[in-house]
Amino acid sequence: MDLKELYRDVILDHNKRPRNFGPLVPADASAAGHNPLCGDRLTVYLQLDGDRIRDVHFDGKGCAISVASASLMTEAVKGRDRESVARLFGDVHATLTGELAEPPASLGKLAALAGVREFPARVKCASLCWHTLNAALAHECQPVTTE
Amino acid sequence: MATALARTHEAYDVARVRGDFPILARHVNGHPLVYLDSAASSQRPRAVIEAVDHYETHCHANVHRGVHALSQAATDAFEGARERVRRFLNARSVKEIIFTRGTTEAINLVANAWARPRLGPGDEILITWLEHHANIVPWQMVCAATGATLKVAPIDERGELRFEAWEALLSPRTRLVAVGHVSNALGTVLPVARIVKAAHARGVPVLLDGAQAVPHGGADVQALDCDFYAFSAHKLYGPTGIGVLYGREALLREMPPWQGGGDMILSVSFEGTTYNDLPWKFEAGTPNISGAVGLGAAIDYLETLGPGAVHAHEQRLLAKATAAALGIPGLRVIGTATDKAAVLSFTVEGIHPHDLGTILDHEGVAIRTGHHCAMPVMDFFGIPATARASFACYNDDADIERLIRALHTAREVFS
Repeated sequence: MDLKELYRDVILDHNKRPRNFGPLVPADASAAGHNPLCGDRLTVYLQLDGDRIRDVHFDGKGCAISVASASLMTEAVKGRDRESVARLFGDVHATLTGELAEPPASLGKLAALAGVREFPARVKCASLCWHTLNAALAHECQPVTTE
Repeated sequence: MATALARTHEAYDVARVRGDFPILARHVNGHPLVYLDSAASSQRPRAVIEAVDHYETHCHANVHRGVHALSQAATDAFEGARERVRRFLNARSVKEIIFTRGTTEAINLVANAWARPRLGPGDEILITWLEHHANIVPWQMVCAATGATLKVAPIDERGELRFEAWEALLSPRTRLVAVGHVSNALGTVLPVARIVKAAHARGVPVLLDGAQAVPHGGADVQALDCDFYAFSAHKLYGPTGIGVLYGREALLREMPPWQGGGDMILSVSFEGTTYNDLPWKFEAGTPNISGAVGLGAAIDYLETLGPGAVHAHEQRLLAKATAAALGIPGLRVIGTATDKAAVLSFTVEGIHPHDLGTILDHEGVAIRTGHHCAMPVMDFFGIPATARASFACYNDDADIERLIRALHTAREVFS
């Protein structure tokens, strides 16, 4: 297993220069996520048009996998409706956990996260932002955790 | 600890010591294992593995119960281990040695059986900013139940306790001082002798969390003059699930049992129950017998090496690793106390500790990354986590070279 499979250039780039980073003001919904294992914390902010995500930002601190995953996620879900987001998360999750041998075409740039499946301890890092997004979509106010 | 250092100057045969630990022969991710996570849990020497195996193969039965040969053998092994711990800690009596599941349970025992019945609104428990969660949360629970207040003494940017500030927090309402002997996150050795002296001058008892201290030179509870001392076997080259609470006999006598069940009673009827004598009063249910046997063997092993010799060896490794680590651009050592156990906590600019941990593991180097169950310490330094390399009796110069090389690899991956 090559380290470059996990730390691909796309991951390192999004870690160094996260897209859609910083609070969204005003936000229609937001949620805080926490990975107690490593102390990673991030917040996802949403502007909604009915069922559709008009804009999405995140901020917080975390490892390269969690920051890059959140950055890639914001790019991928902007403009999608809830059902489409749920389908995409299903595909991302199945890829991260190795349920799918190959990342499906639906993943686009998110396929860069596929190397995570070889590092089970890191799946939570990559999925934290998605759980947090779901919480924001559900207008939950309680912080979510990966535990 | 300084005295332990001064005691020994003889050559330390680390190659022979490494040969005593079967797990060090294995490979991880295609590389020979470099194990630098002993502060989380140390590995076991063959002597401990064999002592447990011998007990399970030849001696097991329940303790303190049967008249048959095996029950007697198991009781002898279990109580023999207690005597071994007593000598290790230099306690006055085996009545002062309570077996627990580990440090955490030992502290919870004191919280429940000593603190809860005594404390009330306005009373204070004094801890420090350096504590492991196991020496924070039980006291928060006591405070929630009794109305007492938890006071936290500050640290400085080197990760040392600000002793004068600590002393200023010692008030007429302080009922208990609880403090780590050695910080698990930073390695800081706390000034426990001064702490005990100052607390006792005001009649306040002191609990020391010795989980990180005993592997690096042992502990002498009479010299420390502490009232409670807690440690775990698994950080001392022994098994998991077994630890010790030392308690001053006079205090233990006054304390009610905290768990009820078999073994902690002399007689039971529905009209009333008579509790057993010390130390069994605090050991309800069938104990971890093989664990105690393993702990006894671990103490034997450590004393064969010489706690002072081990400490001197680890200190040499710590100095060497710290100097080498500081040569890595962007590396910041977290915790630079003058008196430190063999723990090197650090961050590398631009690389999250979790990523460091994965990359080092890929190179066969096991370190701990995260908040080390000491979130307040991380908050103090304004960081979510650190990477922590900790050194034990079996680490050598080659381990340090592999650590440094792997850190360079991490920088290359993130360049």
